Amino acid sequence: MVEQTTQQQLKDLLIAMLSDYSDRQVESNNREAIERLRRDKVDQPVISLTYTTASMIAGADLTYQAILDYLEEREIDASLRLSGSLGLGNSEPLMEVQLPGKTRVTFSRVEPEKVSDILDAVFNNFIPEEHVLGQHINELHEPWEHVPNISELPFFSIQKRLILQNSGMIDPESIAEYIVHGGYRNFLKAIRNYTPEEICDLIEESGLRGRGGEGYPTGRKWKNTLSSPAEQRYLVCNAGESDPGAFMERMIMESNPHSLIEAVAISAYAIGAEKAYIFIEGEYEVAVSRLKKAIAQAKEYGILGHDIYESGFNLNIQLHQGAGAYVCGEETALIASLEGKRGMPRPKPPYPSRKGFMGQPTVVNNVETLLNVPVIVDHGPGWYHQTGTEKSAGTKIFSLSGKIDRSGLVEIPMGMPLREVVYKIGGGIPDNKELKGILVGGPAGGILTYDHLDTRIDYEEIAELGGALGSGGLVVIDEETCILDTVKYYMHFLKQESCGKCIPCREGIRRMYEILDNITQKPGDEQGASTLQRFKGVINLEKLAHVIRDTSLCGLGRRAANPILSTIHWFRDEYEEHIFERKCRAGVCQELRTFYIDVDLCTGCTICAQKCPTGAIVGSAKHAHFIVQEKCIGCGICYESCKFGAIISK
Amino acid sequence: MQIDIEVNNQTLSARKGETILEALAGEGIQIPTLCRLEDFTPTGACRLCVVEVEGRDHLVPACSYPVEEWMKIRTHSPRVIEARKMIVELLLSNHPDDCLYCERNGHCELQRLAEELNIRERRLSGRKSRTNLDLSSPGIVYDPSKCVLCSRCVRICEENQQVSTLDFTGRGNTTAVSAAMGKDLNFSNCIQCGQCIMVCPTGALHDKSYLDAIQQAVNREDMTTVVHYAPSVAVSLAEELGMKPGKDMSGLINRALKKIGFDKVYDGTFASEIYVMEEAAELADRIDKGDALPVISSSCPAWVKEAEQKYPDLLPHLSTVKSPEQIAGSIIKRYCLESSDRGQNDIFSVAISPCPAKKFEAQRQEMTHQGISDIDAVMTTRELARLIKLYGVDMHAIEPAAADQPFNKDRSAARLTASLGGTNEAILRTLYYKITGKDLKNPRISKMRGARNTKYFSFQMENQDLNFAALSPLGDIRELMEDMRNEQVTHHYVEVMACKGGCINGGGQPFHHSSQTVRSRMKAIHNQEDKMDTRFIHHSPEVKRFYSDYLDHPNGEEARKLLHTRFSARDVLL
Amino acid sequence: MDSIAKILERYPFVERENLIPILQEIQQEQGYLTEEAVREVGRYLNLPASKIYSLATFYNRFRFHPLGSYHIRLCRGTSCQVHQSGKLEKKIIGELGIEDGQTTTDGLYSLEVVSCMGACGMGPVMAVNNRYYTGVTEDQVEEIIAYYRETEE
Ligand SMILES: Cc1cc2nc3c(=O)[nH]c(=O)nc-3n(C[C@H](O)[C@H](O)[C@H](O)COP(=O)(O)O)c2cc1C
Ligand code: SF4
Ligand code: FES
Ligand code: FES
Repeated sequence: MVEQTTQQQLKDLLIAMLSDYSDRQVESNNREAIERLRRDKVDQPVISLTYTTASMIAGADLTYQAILDYLEEREIDASLRLSGSLGLGNSEPLMEVQLPGKTRVTFSRVEPEKVSDILDAVFNNFIPEEHVLGQHINELHEPWEHVPNISELPFFSIQKRLILQNSGMIDPESIAEYIVHGGYRNFLKAIRNYTPEEICDLIEESGLRGRGGEGYPTGRKWKNTLSSPAEQRYLVCNAGESDPGAFMERMIMESNPHSLIEAVAISAYAIGAEKAYIFIEGEYEVAVSRLKKAIAQAKEYGILGHDIYESGFNLNIQLHQGAGAYVCGEETALIASLEGKRGMPRPKPPYPSRKGFMGQPTVVNNVETLLNVPVIVDHGPGWYHQTGTEKSAGTKIFSLSGKIDRSGLVEIPMGMPLREVVYKIGGGIPDNKELKGILVGGPAGGILTYDHLDTRIDYEEIAELGGALGSGGLVVIDEETCILDTVKYYMHFLKQESCGKCIPCREGIRRMYEILDNITQKPGDEQGASTLQRFKGVINLEKLAHVIRDTSLCGLGRRAANPILSTIHWFRDEYEEHIFERKCRAGVCQELRTFYIDVDLCTGCTICAQKCPTGAIVGSAKHAHFIVQEKCIGCGICYESCKFGAIISK
Repeated sequence: MQIDIEVNNQTLSARKGETILEALAGEGIQIPTLCRLEDFTPTGACRLCVVEVEGRDHLVPACSYPVEEWMKIRTHSPRVIEARKMIVELLLSNHPDDCLYCERNGHCELQRLAEELNIRERRLSGRKSRTNLDLSSPGIVYDPSKCVLCSRCVRICEENQQVSTLDFTGRGNTTAVSAAMGKDLNFSNCIQCGQCIMVCPTGALHDKSYLDAIQQAVNREDMTTVVHYAPSVAVSLAEELGMKPGKDMSGLINRALKKIGFDKVYDGTFASEIYVMEEAAELADRIDKGDALPVISSSCPAWVKEAEQKYPDLLPHLSTVKSPEQIAGSIIKRYCLESSDRGQNDIFSVAISPCPAKKFEAQRQEMTHQGISDIDAVMTTRELARLIKLYGVDMHAIEPAAADQPFNKDRSAARLTASLGGTNEAILRTLYYKITGKDLKNPRISKMRGARNTKYFSFQMENQDLNFAALSPLGDIRELMEDMRNEQVTHHYVEVMACKGGCINGGGQPFHHSSQTVRSRMKAIHNQEDKMDTRFIHHSPEVKRFYSDYLDHPNGEEARKLLHTRFSARDVLL
Repeated sequence: MDSIAKILERYPFVERENLIPILQEIQQEQGYLTEEAVREVGRYLNLPASKIYSLATFYNRFRFHPLGSYHIRLCRGTSCQVHQSGKLEKKIIGELGIEDGQTTTDGLYSLEVVSCMGACGMGPVMAVNNRYYTGVTEDQVEEIIAYYRETEE
């Protein structure tokens, strides 16, 4: 009887399945057990709740408790599981219910109060439409009526999920679920059927390029390393994801940690490394704990360790938690950090492929880059290359956020126009606001405008516009966001995150920040030196930016000027407005805001005068008040406190 | 393998694998550098050495970028010059504008860069980093506001000295150099060797100066001012005054100090002779008794501090003899008190030394007599040059003079102690005489000369194999100390100098930019010695007279009271 | 001192690459790093204290002073920035008089500014200890801070 399969038997079965991955004999002999694991067939209701950082922040803990209570109170025999994320950022927590024979149906924004309503309904074979997101239609299960197919929802329909396929569909903490969905098969295929050189060839043919850096061809990088003679080689997976506007690697690692382990394992094999590191941002607590579990499980299943499945290949994967430094995303800094040093970049050459971790040849690859590897091993380079463009093969994952209707994890084929991502997938800008720009590539990327919506997303096109695909952050901004304020925010971030080693970056970024800060502040006294300096600063801003780009040691400094240069180019009018008219059209630069009191509307209630922190409002009770502009700091407290709408902002 | 590269449209030949900077050296093309430090791995931090290489998107640092066949390099294109200029301007925008008051005024690399790059306008300005002036230490002042974060001090302290007091802290635009836990230098493990000062391009690290106090004392009628200078000062001062490096300046120094107004000017060589006598006697005694061998020299106060904090368990091995400076200090005051009617408080004793750690040493409690320091103030070679300029003494015009009696000896084997291995050499001669009753036929011990960091020598005396070692800089002693802890050492005498090459390269010496300078100082010492009258200190009539007049015999009861000291463990954060 | 020794025991190999993990564990255990911890770890790994201090001050998450009883984490990721988290930061600084990385003198609050907490769709995001707040406004900041102050009283 399948129900009685003990843990041990299950494990044996799965291991047998892996050993036999090509014949699939074991699989067909144990069809029922496997179908159950795959949830092709369930004999009791299965409820699963998205349990990721995002859903936790949205209150998944409470929802989980509510579901437990519900089931207990009503003595319902159902199984409650956890799952990863489908990638829909603002619909968490998601709860999925699968009744025997029926499709899996997902509800969004399931706050604890909603649990009983939804479950009551479902158990009565009724789907409350106001809460439902959709169902996963397939040929095995009977679909619900009037419930949309999830893959046809606008957020998902034009995505192409090669890597995110299982994200949100399986329990991230269960290696069994991963295996029955085809997991680790590609790893075994690689170590059994291919030599490391052959894998490198496959990857090179596939046209895969690095997703974390400048798009360097991964196959070529691997070959350089494989051909460097050494006692030991290392693979380092760069899961630092230090861009403050990106969360996709975190979501992937939380949702499908085993897929990363498999990807790392194949890649380590390909470059002849017996030790691999995953350098992960330490703040990613959930991801860390899931990866730890995944590594432990993989060891238990003989996927990591000594002489893996009698292939003669040994592999040990170690997790290293970063202690918080953006620059540690840079590969030489990352290696220094792994070695227990300050994460400061060093000059290249020598490149890590010759001299990396502990002086040995080392490959540093981005999480997403590596996740493509199993896909390529599975389907072959030719198949892979069909997706994407000639020079940029495959898909690209973005974390879409900012002023956008649907934010979340997005995987699209390379070459898709930005417009489709923003409007079709993201659903455009909320509240009928206008799109002002798209921040591409994080703090050291560029800001694209409305005019670039038809740009095809690939390495070359984005780079040409001053952006960088390097990080997967796509942050959409609307008319309420000030460009200068945004650039200033980036400069603030970068001046703190610069490692402090080289002069142009360390001293230059802070000066660029200050110049912007000056522009966005109220002029001190117009005759004084500060005005002169402000103008000198503005005049020299571009020159400074070019020198920083030209001379900095690492990519942080080199790219730090991107936001400035790209915005001076595309948003020149907004700069000029700030500088010459002393005006911020988005109303964000507080100090540049001016307020007036409409004498006709003012009742002389004195509230504003009482609240003004600088005493800039004068007037006596029951008489119209007046704002002394010299004293006003533009904080807007009066504007918010006036009950009569008498204060006008300009 | 030689390859061809193209530099500024000219073909040059370069060695494959060398850096662009190395390839250009000697080709008549100068490239500015700031973070580069001779003999250290380039860090590529300052970016001043950037050049344009055809086909590269960015400028590349010449100090770390290897040449490749047919590389086309432009070293002074407009793009390059603008970049270098802007980098220096960036540094200046975070630099206090007080060059005219700065210790390094006229000797500052940042000033020189600004000058060379023709910076004439303040294009960038902004908020400056907030910093605290650290005046805590007796020998070294640290003013972080002038730090340009070139990391030269950090590297010298870590790699040469292995003391690692200084390191970067923080990140980004608030990066700074500081001691562990942000402690002030005096509360850190700093040994005040001053090597950081030697490599600092600006005035961020500089001498703690006691010149004011010294001038005041000189001005006072009722104060007898006495000054003596170390042998190593005599061979390095010339550089600081624009004279031929290696020139022996003793005579001129005597004259100059007199002109400045010191009542008594003594040559420290005499104290070094006494030092050698004491050390040889103690060594002979300990070899005889087999007591706490090897004896480790303790004439270097920086090393003594390191021993007290890092190797407290090995302190019994340290020779108890005071350093030559402090020997001079104790006998000068004693002698002056006896030869005049002055009291302790009326004598101001100044030492001129190649080393900021001597300032620290002079303030040690062990170096006082009835609560008053034996040495009242110390100045470095650099400060001596400043004093000479201040008093308008033209060293080119004056005639040499002899130092005052009785400490006027300058030609003696004791001068060897200025360079690493020299203490060994001088002591060995005396020790040999003590043990065998004969003088060495060939007193020149070439194994103890030369530029190596570690020198070893074995010698047979009366059927005893005696082993000698000389080690510097401090970074090179660790192994031996560990061996001692494991009792695997067969040496009888170990000479340790904190600074590479010994006092001739001390942290208070004139700034130099290549090891060549240090070699010329060493050569000066050795050349002198080979022509010297007193090659065997134990035969020196002055030394003999000194002992018979005052102290009976070396390492005797009286001598131990006056010329020996003690050490104790120090608890600092290492 | 026991706890540090226990942590060190888990790293039988004296390798510098263990430095960051060791410091992380110590901080986890003690809340922050002390001079004593620096000394112990230095002795164990044969590293000068200055190297350890230098490393620890390089990374955002090492601290040399304890956190407040209520540790506020404010997301300053790009998406939250676009949703005006800058104003919230100013508000908190105004309310508490502390900046990123500092603790109030009464030990009640500490502030840490973090980049993207992973819930961009719900920004601006802020957390106090383990409790999260989404879509936070300036007024709410005031309320939240007041709430904890009252709880304490
Ligand atoms: C300042 C800076 C930050 C970076 N951050 C990351 C990062 O967070 N994740 C990443 O994968 N690569 C990052 N990179 C790029 C890496 O240096 C490196 O190029 C990349 O990990 C190589 O992997 P790939 O070839 O798979 O893209 C960063 C680079 C720089 C200069
Ligand atoms: S560019 Fe910035 S981050 Fe990179 S090495 Fe220079 S200072 Fe460090
Ligand atoms: S000298 Fe080359 S980077 Fe400083
Ligand atoms: S930016 Fe705040 S959660 Fe992502």
